[in-house]
Amino acid sequence: MTHISVTVDGTTYEDEVEPRLLLVHYLRDRLGLTGTPIGCDTSNCGACTVELDGASVKSCTVLAVQADGCEVTTVQGLARDGEWTALQRAFHERHALQCGYCTPGMIMAARDLLRENPHPTPDEVRKGLEGNLCRCTGYQNIVRAVLAVAEGETAPADQAASAQEVTA
Amino acid sequence: MIPPAFDYARPTSLDEAVRTLAEAGEDAKVLAGGQSLLPLLRLRLAFPELVVDVGRIPELRGIREDGDTLAVGALTTHHDVIHDPLVRRHAGLLAQATETVADPAVRHRGTLGGSLAHADPAGDLPAVVLALDAELVAVGPRGRRTIPAREFFADYLQSTLAPDELLVEIRVPKREGWGFHYEKFHRVAQSWAMVGVAALVRRDDGHIAEARIGLTNMGATPLRASAAEEALTGAGDAEAVARAAQSAAEGTRPSRDASASPEYRAHLARVLTKRAVLAAAGMG
Repeated sequence: MTHISVTVDGTTYEDEVEPRLLLVHYLRDRLGLTGTPIGCDTSNCGACTVELDGASVKSCTVLAVQADGCEVTTVQGLARDGEWTALQRAFHERHALQCGYCTPGMIMAARDLLRENPHPTPDEVRKGLEGNLCRCTGYQNIVRAVLAVAEGETAPADQAASAQEVTA
Repeated sequence: MIPPAFDYARPTSLDEAVRTLAEAGEDAKVLAGGQSLLPLLRLRLAFPELVVDVGRIPELRGIREDGDTLAVGALTTHHDVIHDPLVRRHAGLLAQATETVADPAVRHRGTLGGSLAHADPAGDLPAVVLALDAELVAVGPRGRRTIPAREFFADYLQSTLAPDELLVEIRVPKREGWGFHYEKFHRVAQSWAMVGVAALVRRDDGHIAEARIGLTNMGATPLRASAAEEALTGAGDAEAVARAAQSAAEGTRPSRDASASPEYRAHLARVLTKRAVLAAAGMG
C-alpha cells in the first residue's frame, strides 16, 4: 500500500492505496464521487475525463498514486453554491446531451479547450473534443453549447435553472 | 479492467532512478506519463514486479538550446512539445506530428521519451525522430551514452535500451529552412496510424536538394525510405516527386492486421510519401 494525499473538488483526502488502483476507481469507489463515469476503460472515449492540476486527463489512464500531492477537479466540483458554470448551463440550454453518459467528460474536456482557446471556431471545437465520444452521436448540440459559451450567449446564472432544482 | 498488482517506486532524482532500476533488474517497468504503459497493464499484456515512476524527476523535463541542437527532456509532455516556441522554430516537424498524437487529454500526460522508449512502430514519433536524425541519450549504471535514432529501435515494442537504462534526453538537430510535413492515414480520429510518413526536405533553387523520409507502421520498427530519399534528390516538380515516391515502400516489411494488408500498406506509403513531400516542399 502507498500513502497518498489528494485534493479532490476542494477537499483533501489522505489514503492508503494499492499502486495499481486507477484514479477513476479511487474517485468512484473510495470517495463515492460517481459523477465521473467509466466508459470504455481503454483511454478512447473520454467519459472519465477530469482535471489533474488544471489539465484534462483520462482518469482511467492515471494511477491514483500519480495524483499524490495533486489537485483533481471532477464535474461535481464545478458548481458554486448550487449555481452551474456557464458551460454546464450551455449544455442544459442547448440540449447538448441525450443519454448523458459522455456529458461529465465532455464538459471537462470543453473547459480545457476554452481555457487554451477562448474563441474557437466550430472546427477547433470538434478537434479539441476529439478524445471524447458521444455514443448517442449528439455532437452538433455539444459543439453549439461550447460555441455559445465562447460567444457569451448563455443565460446569466440567476435566470438559469440551478443545479439543485434540476437534480432535486 | 484492473492492472495486475505491482510494487511502486517514485524516485525524485536521476541517480535514485538509475539505482532503483539497476537493483530491480528485468522485472521493472519505467512509468513516465503512463499513456502507453497503463493500457498495457490494464489489458494485462505486461506484468512488471516493480513500476518505477520517473514522473517527479524535474531534470528530465523541459526544452533547451544547445548550440546546433535542441535538447528535449524525455519527460516533456506532448502538450509542452507542441507549444514550445523553440520546437516550433527549430523542429517544426516534431511539433506538427505531435499535434496528431491521440487527443488533448492524452497529450497532457504522454511524454516524448515515453512514446519513443515504448518503441511502437505504429506510434507517430519514432518515425519523426528517425527522419530528424535525432540522438537519444540514455543513463544507466555504466554512465551516459548517446544512441543515434537509427540504432534505437530494435524490434516491435523493443528499443536498444538496457533494462537498467533510462532515456533522459532527445537531441534534435536544428533544421532551419527545411520544409516538413507529417501525413498519416487512420480509420478514425484516435486510431493508430495505418501508415504515416514524416517528410523533411531542403530546397535549393526550386529543386529538392535533400530529403529525409521516416515511415510509421511499415515494419517492426520505424523505417527510413532510403530509396525514395535518393530518388527525390533533384526533383523539381510534382510529377518528379510522384515518380520518386513510387519507391517509398522498398525494403519495408509491413504487417497484416484486421485493417490493412501488407500490399495496401505499401500502397499507402507511396501515396502518403507523395503527399507529405509535396506539402513539405511547398509544391502541393
